[in-house]
Amino acid sequence: MCGIAGVIHRGSVSGVGAEMTSMLKALKHRGPDSTGFALYGTPVEGDCVMRFKVAEQEDMGSGFDIHARIRDRVEEVDRRLAELGVAVKDRAASTEYAMRYVISYDGDLEHLARYVEDVEGAEILSLGSALELVKDLGDAAVVSGQYELGAMRGTHGIGHTRMATESDVDIRSAHPYWAFPYNDIAVVHNGQLTNYWLKRREMERRGHRFMSDCDSELLAVYTAHHLAHGITLEESLERSIREIDGVFTYLVATRDQLGMAKDTMAAKPLVLYESDDLIALASEEVAIRAILPDEIDTSDPYDEETRVWQA
Amino acid sequence: MAGVKSQDDRSYEMGLHTEQLAGRTQQIFFRPEEEERFLYPWAPDVDYNRRTEIDADTMTSTEVNAKLRALMNEGYGSIVVRNPRGKHSLGVGILNRLNLIFEGSLGYFAVGLIDGPNVRIHGRVGWSCGENMMAGTILIEKNAGSTFGAAMRGGDLVCRGSVGSRTGIDMKGGTIIVGGDTGAFSGFMMQRGRMVVCGNAGKNLGDSMYDGTIYVGGEIRDLGVDAVPAELTDLDRAWLTRKLTQYELLPTRGVDHFTKIVAGKQLWNYDNLEPTEKKLIL
Repeated sequence: MCGIAGVIHRGSVSGVGAEMTSMLKALKHRGPDSTGFALYGTPVEGDCVMRFKVAEQEDMGSGFDIHARIRDRVEEVDRRLAELGVAVKDRAASTEYAMRYVISYDGDLEHLARYVEDVEGAEILSLGSALELVKDLGDAAVVSGQYELGAMRGTHGIGHTRMATESDVDIRSAHPYWAFPYNDIAVVHNGQLTNYWLKRREMERRGHRFMSDCDSELLAVYTAHHLAHGITLEESLERSIREIDGVFTYLVATRDQLGMAKDTMAAKPLVLYESDDLIALASEEVAIRAILPDEIDTSDPYDEETRVWQA
Repeated sequence: MAGVKSQDDRSYEMGLHTEQLAGRTQQIFFRPEEEERFLYPWAPDVDYNRRTEIDADTMTSTEVNAKLRALMNEGYGSIVVRNPRGKHSLGVGILNRLNLIFEGSLGYFAVGLIDGPNVRIHGRVGWSCGENMMAGTILIEKNAGSTFGAAMRGGDLVCRGSVGSRTGIDMKGGTIIVGGDTGAFSGFMMQRGRMVVCGNAGKNLGDSMYDGTIYVGGEIRDLGVDAVPAELTDLDRAWLTRKLTQYELLPTRGVDHFTKIVAGKQLWNYDNLEPTEKKLIL
């Protein structure tokens, strides 16, 4: 049991950081292991936000020299970025092991991502012009406070509270998943995918990389693969209903879209609120109530239902 | 050949028989004299004319439920809960007469395991509303989530809007009425009771149902295993008209367009004997 939530403002910018924090706080009982946010701000042309980590939270208690090793890893990332000619416009460290860089780079982003991830312990959490992806162990209040997400503004966002069932409790297995190496695509998922290894091998044969053994990562790679080949988000969501086995409900966010898909068994919950200027989705009504306290009309999407909303 | 017992007789004497379920639903479904007059010995004596309100905004589900019990013990028979804000498990396990009104939406497991109260929800409910309810009435003004009325035994569970998937799964009695549509697998393994869907029904309607009756006013995407259409009788029409009128859900064109779905009873479980038992007498 995990909790997923999403919100999208049509044609306006709002405090999505605070909204997603409130929604995920309300879903804490669905999974307290880790919490993740994928928030979409206003893109700055030419710039990219790269969020990456160089260690797991649990690594911080292992070895007397972990702090020095983390410093070394960050320096190695910096050295490699400089080697590629990447201009780092802003550096910030949310935690000792999680960094946020604003970069400017005209080259191949996939090559950049692979080169950075070649550094020991390094994993890029997100790379994009609008996406800010943050995930860590702990509940929404802890993670949001740690990464100062409450003040973040944007058009849309998705989030996840995790009860680990398929893989470890670590940042690597936490949601949302960024769709490496594609800009601004993030996925959160509630459920179990039963043909995960089959589809993962299929994707790996096509050259995609997986950083975890969490089945949910497949949805991010699968979606990104489709989008990179000119398939629309709507089509990708519909295909997933036919091609992915298991019980699942998942949300996908791109730079300007929010999509949802519910499997053929309709075994995982999703409640939807839809108005002219705001869409809110969550595993439970209580999360939507956290940002819309007044009485509203909500509904449950049915089996095999897919939807896409534009920001 | 006089004196030679048939296989059926021999198995019956060995105790290897089960009762036939056919037709029982129609005959003894409603016994209002039992449902209305039964009270638990410890049930508080409440007065419907004594009315009070709770503001649940800052209360936990446990606190709200404890408060409801305290108020019933004080004799309040009509309780209004304001600002429920989608909280889970509100109003569960009330085994008592009570008029309970929620001014807002509820979360999961709303008013489950009840035996007697009349509940009105001016909002929507999440998954598993009315699960295992035994008697009473629940009326929801908006939509409801999945597993609506799962394993319910009795009473009326009514949603004016649409409901999610697996509505009435494993239901063993009572009535579910849906003003809008219902999702996939509705009536799955239904064992008794009646379900009325005024709108459309999703795929696999009535899959593996043992008994009971499903009425659908709109389109049925497809039927589940062993669910079959049946003739709508005058008794069905009269009952549908009465029930839908009671909850102000009677379509303007009446009930003649409803499709009736029952169990075909061709599955293995309709044999009198379990497979292991068959070996004993063959």
